[in-house]
Amino acid sequence: MRKLSCLTAGNKKHYWLMVLPALFWMFCINIAPIGGVIMAFEDFNPGLGLFKSPWIGLENFKYMFQLKDVRQILGNTFLIAFCKIIGNLIVPVVFALLLNEVKNMVFKRTTQTIVYLPHFLSWVALGGMLMEIFGYYGPINMLLSGLGFDRMLFFQEGGLFRGLIIGSDIWKGFGFNAIVYLAALTGISQDLYEAAAIDGAGKWQRMLHITLPGIKGTIILMTVLGLGNILNAGFDQIYNLYNPAVYSAADIIDTWVYRAGLVDMQFSLASAVGLLKSVVGFTTISVSYLIAYKFAGYRIF
Amino acid sequence: MIEKKTFSSRLVYGLILAVITVSALSCLLPLLYTLAVSLSSKSAVAAGKVAFVPVGFTFKYYQEIMKDAQFLNSFLISVKRVVLSTAISLTVLIMAAYPLAKSARQFPARNIILWLCIFCMMFSGGLIPWYMTMKRYGLINNIFGLAVSGGLPVFNLILFVNFFQSISKELEEAAIVDGAGPWRILVSIIVPVSKPIIATVALFTIVAQWNEFFHGYILSTNLSHYPLQSYIKQMVVQIDYSTVTEDQLKHLDNLSNTALNSAKIFISMIPVLLIYPFLQKYFVSGIMLGSVKE
Repeated sequence: MRKLSCLTAGNKKHYWLMVLPALFWMFCINIAPIGGVIMAFEDFNPGLGLFKSPWIGLENFKYMFQLKDVRQILGNTFLIAFCKIIGNLIVPVVFALLLNEVKNMVFKRTTQTIVYLPHFLSWVALGGMLMEIFGYYGPINMLLSGLGFDRMLFFQEGGLFRGLIIGSDIWKGFGFNAIVYLAALTGISQDLYEAAAIDGAGKWQRMLHITLPGIKGTIILMTVLGLGNILNAGFDQIYNLYNPAVYSAADIIDTWVYRAGLVDMQFSLASAVGLLKSVVGFTTISVSYLIAYKFAGYRIF
Repeated sequence: MIEKKTFSSRLVYGLILAVITVSALSCLLPLLYTLAVSLSSKSAVAAGKVAFVPVGFTFKYYQEIMKDAQFLNSFLISVKRVVLSTAISLTVLIMAAYPLAKSARQFPARNIILWLCIFCMMFSGGLIPWYMTMKRYGLINNIFGLAVSGGLPVFNLILFVNFFQSISKELEEAAIVDGAGPWRILVSIIVPVSKPIIATVALFTIVAQWNEFFHGYILSTNLSHYPLQSYIKQMVVQIDYSTVTEDQLKHLDNLSNTALNSAKIFISMIPVLLIYPFLQKYFVSGIMLGSVKE
């Protein structure tokens, strides 16, 4: 071993050379913009630039909380993200439990192939499809009116639109999100089931006392990690589906920051809201990782 | 295992199969519907006759798209972007992951670099400062800008680091004794045994870059620089439902060419559908490496 460490003694400078491109990329695109957050404390004027624009301290933040818009987007963000987190937890668990009962391998494989697919399709394409399917003349409304019901205005009524947003997000990911639970389920020893069957435990009891405890750890871990994303309500999805009629129900922090900043050119205000989101989001994600590490031994690397 | 086949247990099993079948169909039918609409005549689509089989079968819309220079241009931009970004990220990530997979004794800066990466994954300056920075770099209307705009793919870096750490140390030690330096070891030992993880990350990158539309949209000043997804996004007509009446809605519906849009949407999904079989082979192991570790 001593000889080995002699042979690798000069390696450190090569190691630095190897990480250099990654550090450069990270510095330019990820880190450099962080300096730009001082915009949030200025009355930023693109003509004057970052260093000459007048400094106004916390004015943007005070103004922000007086805006009805901002209170609304905070409420929408929490509500939509929370419903998505809950749905993205329950549906994949239930689906994995059901799929685990299937004994026909061909059926199981085929199902898995199909349900993983939506995760890999873009919200642009899925958004276009959803707009057709749930649109005024789409098949859903054709069916409803054919059966004598009123058409449902999914893209006009806030409540319906929110339901569509949450539902379609869960639909897109349930198969993919079930993968970790399916893996946890295969880890449960078959001996346990056989022993329980001999003891006279029914299917339901085995589910309650063997299967669920067996994947409890994974469920808790995924919940904790999911809750860290309470401020991420899904920009790509909402941006591709919403329109001004449903802003009051589905405008979220990210979509608002985009419109206020890059459409209405209110750079400072939009940066302030964006910064607030980044800081709070960083805190919630860090705390969730910390909890996951403390209680489940979860490590990133 | 001995199982009594009672009526109720068979009923429950049947119900389970039914629920699974319905959820699988819910993932498949929207795609079939879009495909069927794109192959149907306009009158059949307008009359709402199309379900999952084309009515009045026609290739007209696909032929029309093939003549649409803007669509083809955007398609090409997307292909270039995918190739460029996959080449850049694989090269950069593999190079960086090798030293970062070393112990802190062999490469003392490892921990601080990794924590810096994690920090960048969880914290950002926000959209506006990022956009201003990209603008200052001159990365507007720039294919290279699109390829790197997402920043360092930290999640994929971690996948590589975790995989490299699991490679047997004896393999490397034998090469060191034979006089191979770190670059030689990386190229001739590490890369050849890391094919599964390279495939996983390559496929993740291809799909993510192909599907990305927002950077493509805000980092381009006009249509001729849009990648395909951004082009599709602006093409799906934006209707402001808060100001239209029901009559106008019907009129708008006739104007927007549902069948043509469906054809464009379907073509935009084809590359992902084509690589999906390969993707499926690798992503399960990829996620397990990334999320659950011993």
